[in-house]
Amino acid sequence: MEKKTLTDPIGDGKPFISVERLTKTFGKVVAVDDIAFDVHQGELFGFLGPNGAGKTTTINMLIGLARPDSGTIHIAGSECTRNPKAAQQLIGVVPDESNLYPELSGFDNLCFCASLYGILKSERQHRASELIKTFGLEEAASRKFGTYSKGMKRKLTIAAGIIHRPPILFLDEPTTGIDVASARQIRQLIDDLHHAGTTIFLTTHYIEEAERLCERIAFIVNGKIIAIDSVHNLLQPIQDKKVMIISVSNSAKELHQKLAVKFPHLTFQALSDTQIRVESDQAISVGSLLRFIEDHGAEVTEARRIRPSLEEVFVRLTGIELNIMKKEKEKDKGRNSL
Amino acid sequence: MKRWIAYWNIMLKDMRTYYLKPPNISWGLIFPVAWTGMFFVKSGRGLESILSLLPGVMAISILFGTTSMLSVTVTFEKKNRSFERLLLAPIPLELLMLAKTSGAILFGTINAFVPVFIGLFLADLSQVQWLTVIPAVVMIAIASTFLGLFIAVSVSEVFEAQTFSNFFRFPMIFLCGLFFPVVSLPVFLKPISFMLPLTYGVDILHGAVQGDNMLPLWVDFLLITLYCVVLFFISLRNIYRKWII
Repeated sequence: MEKKTLTDPIGDGKPFISVERLTKTFGKVVAVDDIAFDVHQGELFGFLGPNGAGKTTTINMLIGLARPDSGTIHIAGSECTRNPKAAQQLIGVVPDESNLYPELSGFDNLCFCASLYGILKSERQHRASELIKTFGLEEAASRKFGTYSKGMKRKLTIAAGIIHRPPILFLDEPTTGIDVASARQIRQLIDDLHHAGTTIFLTTHYIEEAERLCERIAFIVNGKIIAIDSVHNLLQPIQDKKVMIISVSNSAKELHQKLAVKFPHLTFQALSDTQIRVESDQAISVGSLLRFIEDHGAEVTEARRIRPSLEEVFVRLTGIELNIMKKEKEKDKGRNSL
Repeated sequence: MKRWIAYWNIMLKDMRTYYLKPPNISWGLIFPVAWTGMFFVKSGRGLESILSLLPGVMAISILFGTTSMLSVTVTFEKKNRSFERLLLAPIPLELLMLAKTSGAILFGTINAFVPVFIGLFLADLSQVQWLTVIPAVVMIAIASTFLGLFIAVSVSEVFEAQTFSNFFRFPMIFLCGLFFPVVSLPVFLKPISFMLPLTYGVDILHGAVQGDNMLPLWVDFLLITLYCVVLFFISLRNIYRKWII
């Protein structure tokens, strides 16, 4: 696969993470199919895709928890394909599930994680206290990790991933399955880390999160990267589009065909049984549309304009509805937590 | 230096989190006492039997203390994915697994001296060659721990680890000369006995406590060391093959 890359945004010319022709199969299933990308120093790079697209397999290969079938990985100049240990001092990993030790307190968990990187006792205690404060976990610091809420667990897991101050951080679905306030706080922390110069590789299925945080994004579907560019460039083709979502009581699929005949200058797409998406290069006349729908026996429950977003780009490129993707993910999380 | 900080802290964490818990300590005390009591009553020879029972009870204390704890803790950490943290640490896998097993080895070694401590009050242990007993205990602890490691990397569920441990452990009680001499085993069981590492460890203990070893001690030490090396490297290979897929 030809490597898709932007001009180096940092300016040193060398990618911090460089992946060439990476492939991984499990039996007959091709989990990652000949992908290539670069991540530059200090960049916040988003890796987006639905369940089973190959995001976690890619991360696992980058961090050394999975062996690629073919291809090469370079991290900070070290060849890591055959020797993943070469870069492990430089990377921090926050897995998609909080995997600290339930029997240890929050503070002890952080100290232990720091010790794995050879940090001396006084320094690791200092760093643990600092991070506990930064993440607002002071009151829970001496409590066992197993008693933490999901949001607190995520925060401590992120703290554990950065306690050795790695220049590269891999974040796998950092805000999935947690409350809104915690998710917002974590996004802010990611943003702060990015501004402090940490190179971040973020996988998420929250496209708005990626749009807000990331500089560049790769879309991965069925193990293949289908697009990779800056958020600005990805949005460019739809920047001038006018888009509406009309919610109807029923028969959206039947209705959208009739609408297409009646309004040939508009593009219609049935998103579900009750949702129709309308797109145009010009302003959309809402009144005539709604009248037509109601004349055909359907009740309009909502009609809203949506601003062009990365979500639109994702849907166009992949044909996958984001709400379906989110539901799948939440279902999986629920199943895992049972 | 950095690697040794990691090594020490992994071992310390395991000791605190798993081994030095009240249930394990009580298990470490009750189990050897129960076995000593059982064979003591069965022998019917009164306090004279203490010396002949001591090697077996020490070995069984180590075996049960190490294999069950290590196989369960490693499987548990693998299951809840905290083991991934260790795999991501910038230390070689060999050192990581030595750190993971050191706690169990230490726990098993301490366990072995519980029956010795009890025996001090019941029998004259002045003839025991402690300079042979101590390395023998350490070697049995290493072999049993590495057997636990081998079990841990062969299964994926905690209950499987327990079942698989018992599959090895209980036959070993009867086949390795702990309480019944290997020479008196039926002919068809003897080859199995000589295939088990504990046989050689127990033989050293019998030699050190009563002077009735069946093989030269250096042969016993050589063979049990060989078993330790083989078990460790098979386990490492399995981790590479099964856990870093």
